[in-house]
Amino acid sequence: MAEIQQSADSGKGGKKRAKKMSTKIDMTPMVDLAFLLLTFFMLTTTFSKPTVMEINMPVKPKDETEQSPIKASNALTLLLGENNKLYYYNGLLAADAPKPELKLSSYDANGIRKVLLQNKSNPNLVVLIKPDDKSNYKNMVDILDEMNITDLKKYALVDISKSDQDLIKTSGL
Amino acid sequence: MPKVKPHRMSPSLDMTPMVDLAFLLVTFFMLTTKFAPEEAVVVDTPSSTSEIRLPESHVITIAVDKDKRVFFGLDDDEIKGKLLTQVGAKYGVSFTAEQAKNFRGVAASFGTPIEKLPALLNLDGEQRKLVKQEGIPSDSLNNQLIEWVVAAQSLSRQQFGKPSYVAIKGDGNADVPTVKKVIKLMQEKNINRFNLITDLETKPTASN
Repeated sequence: MAEIQQSADSGKGGKKRAKKMSTKIDMTPMVDLAFLLLTFFMLTTTFSKPTVMEINMPVKPKDETEQSPIKASNALTLLLGENNKLYYYNGLLAADAPKPELKLSSYDANGIRKVLLQNKSNPNLVVLIKPDDKSNYKNMVDILDEMNITDLKKYALVDISKSDQDLIKTSGL
Repeated sequence: MPKVKPHRMSPSLDMTPMVDLAFLLVTFFMLTTKFAPEEAVVVDTPSSTSEIRLPESHVITIAVDKDKRVFFGLDDDEIKGKLLTQVGAKYGVSFTAEQAKNFRGVAASFGTPIEKLPALLNLDGEQRKLVKQEGIPSDSLNNQLIEWVVAAQSLSRQQFGKPSYVAIKGDGNADVPTVKKVIKLMQEKNINRFNLITDLETKPTASN
């Protein structure tokens, strides 16, 4: 395939010449092998490193008094419920204050992202993310991702409290 | 009129440039290839819009699968041997040279309590894949996971002068309490920076 061997000996002339060999060699097997190796390495290579989301958790406080409370007017709480449900309310849940209104939202682009963007006008906004024990890890990543998309810097991953769970139950959403 | 004879071309063509290129690519792939480490568990990571790539080396991977099992993995070959003896000594488990050698391959991702690790290391590669690993104990009574992490961190600091990155590779269906438990365990040891491994997803525009 690479080169057809041409007869080097013309047959004319009485002198017996040394047979001139063609300098071309058949490279087909070599090329076959080269491409085999090429495909092998191309397919086994790990193409790209997986992407990561960086998350920095707060350093464990030495004593509780160092923590500063959040003002209710600056708080937005997201509750990640079971079956991929997402609830949110403005403000904080306190025993002496009236119960905030719980609203249902969703993880898609028109759901929580709009809510976050609306609330973003408040520069002191702190988003409290409370994943329920029955929510799955994907929900947590999704919501952290929403924080990246909406460019909200102040958010905290908080354990869900009993009263939050009760709020979801009583709301019937 | 005599027909114009088409010039008879030789059917062969010079393949030298193509072969050159092929070999160039072969060498390139041979040298840059880093075989994907064997995963002891299938983890289907959720996707995110983050475009930060996982660092090339010095990564501790903690995988959490959907059955709440926790797996530990380390990518630096240099410190695997020391890590095994250090953690083994803590639990009174000793390893033979053969087992330590096998650990190099296993350490990319494994989820076996240390008591059962020698048995796992005695198996050969094919048999090892069939073993269903139960996950590394990480509860408050028997917390081996944090021992692995802390030992790997301190060895990495000795060897490379900086602690390893901690990457958490959670399955999309993994439950939050397990992931949070892992994070909390490490926070207690003052490890506060985590990388959550995700798939890439195109970034939507945040429109108002």
